[in-house]
Amino acid sequence: MNPINIIQSTFVPLPIENVDTDQIIPARFLKSSEKEGFGTHLFNDWRYLPDGTPNPDFVLNKSKYSGEILVAGKNFGCGSSREHAAWALAGQGFRAVVSSYFADIFQNNALNNGLLPVQVTQPFLQEIFAQKSESTLTINLYDCWIQIDKTGSRCQFPISSYKQECLLNGFSDIDYLISMESEIEAYEKNTRATA
Amino acid sequence: MKKTLFDKIWEKHIVREVQDDLYVLYIDKHLIHEVTSPQAFASLEKRGLKVLRPQQILATADHNVPTTDQDLPIKDDLSAKQVALLTENCKKHGIELFGLGHPYQGIVHVIGPELGITQPGMTIVCGDSHTSTHGAFGTVAFGIGTSEVEMVLATQCLLQTKPRQMRIEVNGTLSSGVTAKDVILYIISQLGTGGATGHFVEYSGNTIRTLSMEGRMTVCNMSIEMGARGGLIAPDEITFNYLEGKPFAPKGHEWEKAKNKWSFLTTDDGAHFDKIYHFQAENIPPMVTYGTHPGMGIPVDVAVPFLNSTGQEASGEGLEKALNYMGLQSGQFMSGIPVQHVFIGSCTNARVEDFRLAASVVKGKKKHDRIRALIVPGSQQVAKQLSEEGLDKIFEEAGFVIRQPGCSACLAMNGDTIPSGEYCVSTSNRNFEGRQGNGARTILASPLTAALACITGEISDIRSYPFTHINN
Ligand code: SF4
Repeated sequence: MNPINIIQSTFVPLPIENVDTDQIIPARFLKSSEKEGFGTHLFNDWRYLPDGTPNPDFVLNKSKYSGEILVAGKNFGCGSSREHAAWALAGQGFRAVVSSYFADIFQNNALNNGLLPVQVTQPFLQEIFAQKSESTLTINLYDCWIQIDKTGSRCQFPISSYKQECLLNGFSDIDYLISMESEIEAYEKNTRATA
Repeated sequence: MKKTLFDKIWEKHIVREVQDDLYVLYIDKHLIHEVTSPQAFASLEKRGLKVLRPQQILATADHNVPTTDQDLPIKDDLSAKQVALLTENCKKHGIELFGLGHPYQGIVHVIGPELGITQPGMTIVCGDSHTSTHGAFGTVAFGIGTSEVEMVLATQCLLQTKPRQMRIEVNGTLSSGVTAKDVILYIISQLGTGGATGHFVEYSGNTIRTLSMEGRMTVCNMSIEMGARGGLIAPDEITFNYLEGKPFAPKGHEWEKAKNKWSFLTTDDGAHFDKIYHFQAENIPPMVTYGTHPGMGIPVDVAVPFLNSTGQEASGEGLEKALNYMGLQSGQFMSGIPVQHVFIGSCTNARVEDFRLAASVVKGKKKHDRIRALIVPGSQQVAKQLSEEGLDKIFEEAGFVIRQPGCSACLAMNGDTIPSGEYCVSTSNRNFEGRQGNGARTILASPLTAALACITGEISDIRSYPFTHINN
């Protein structure tokens, strides 16, 4: 996993609430057995017209908007546990998603793929949307804040210190768990004995 | 310290406390299927790791399998490849697979319980959000992503933050025509799709206590639709009676021992919950959804909300966008809307009890000309029960064809799709845009309401329709 520390970028606004993982990546694109290649189907049914051409009204098809940060309405990533949603966002080049809250499983999936979920207050989210495309955002994972560069307005975001360290160093949970093998075996023996 | 049922199960499974509220949690049972596991196995192999406890894993093919001609090779190349990869991975790592053609094959959340693999007090995970279904047995069960599937394959453990806890109490007697599905659709309509985010929910109260295991599974299944990490119900005599004699349930002396142990799985009086909600069963009507998430539910006889309504989830843009997608208008009544499709299936409502309910309504009637119905049993075992009880005859005489088990039109991966712009009354759990096919318009409802739509060809109120319950 690539380490994350500071992300400074323009952003793509998606002011829609409850964006579910079926919107992020529809089920009919889950047939691949790889992790790559989902980016082109990110938001497929909003992004393309029924004939397959880009929908000019969708934000990803407007040249005005680009960047490594997606900013979306509250409860982003609800619904299915498909990690393909995180793979599709990363595949499209996003490194962070900002919202006022995230669905739990999506949040874990994002973190496990080095995609940073940045949870901000509802007013701060509105402040970002009010910027249209006119400001870059800076996300600082060392100090856990996000800033609207044009106004200097900042918001702290929550993240566990364990996860913060993992992301800063590019570590993943599986490395941590594998290092615990003997402890896991001891747990198993112990519970079997007391069962 | 007074503890909740959730606390008790969670604490028993802590291998290490990493830091405040972050734990390494031991997983008793891991269920896998063909869509969210291939990348996990591939990554595991890349790291040179093996599967730590293959005997604690159970695999099935359900999400992406055809519901006709299951004995023939799968036509869709990519689906065939996913199923072949699952078979290969299971073989290589010594994992039991109930694949196509196996008498135990079916939707992962239907087979775990009906085989007695799901048992009280366990931690259970699966790369599928509706793993919450297993909570009906008093388990801590939750959905995970593919990276986490890999972690459990490799270590039988997960790093998890302890969720907050919510209690939802339902008391009173349900009115005739009101089912467990209506109970949960009603609760979600009150709490909203994000209402339980970050929480684990315990359902309690005498209404929940009198629900069958099938009904409890329907309730727990949809916990995720209000954002909950999972839902659970304390086990009791109904749970034990359901499990007794199931193929993988403990037998003889072991059974008595297990039952005794399980009877302690309750929440202590006065244990702390972060949030508590109370609902009265008498206030719950038959429910349908009108919008594009499960929180957009209303009583079947009530009008679609107005755009300026200030309901929790029905604010401004979301509602307008949803109604445009659904082809509905504010103020319009749901009952009377003509529908083209009915789907009775999914891990929410495809157990034998659900088909008894549906058959009660359909018995002796013919389906409406307009209706194309997909009747999809949740598992081979359920399909067998349908024929043993003669329910298949009732559906056939009404003009339906019964499909073979799988997720089918719940997520429409396998080609069982609803055409764009058409309505489908569905007993599944999600009405998101495009869930049942690009442009498909899903109306979530109970098996009774879905079956009634088959006969009338439109959304109808089951309370004004006479029928006799079929019991087993
Ligand atoms: S029936 Fe639907 S919700 Fe249930 S496991 Fe299958 S796809 Fe998921």
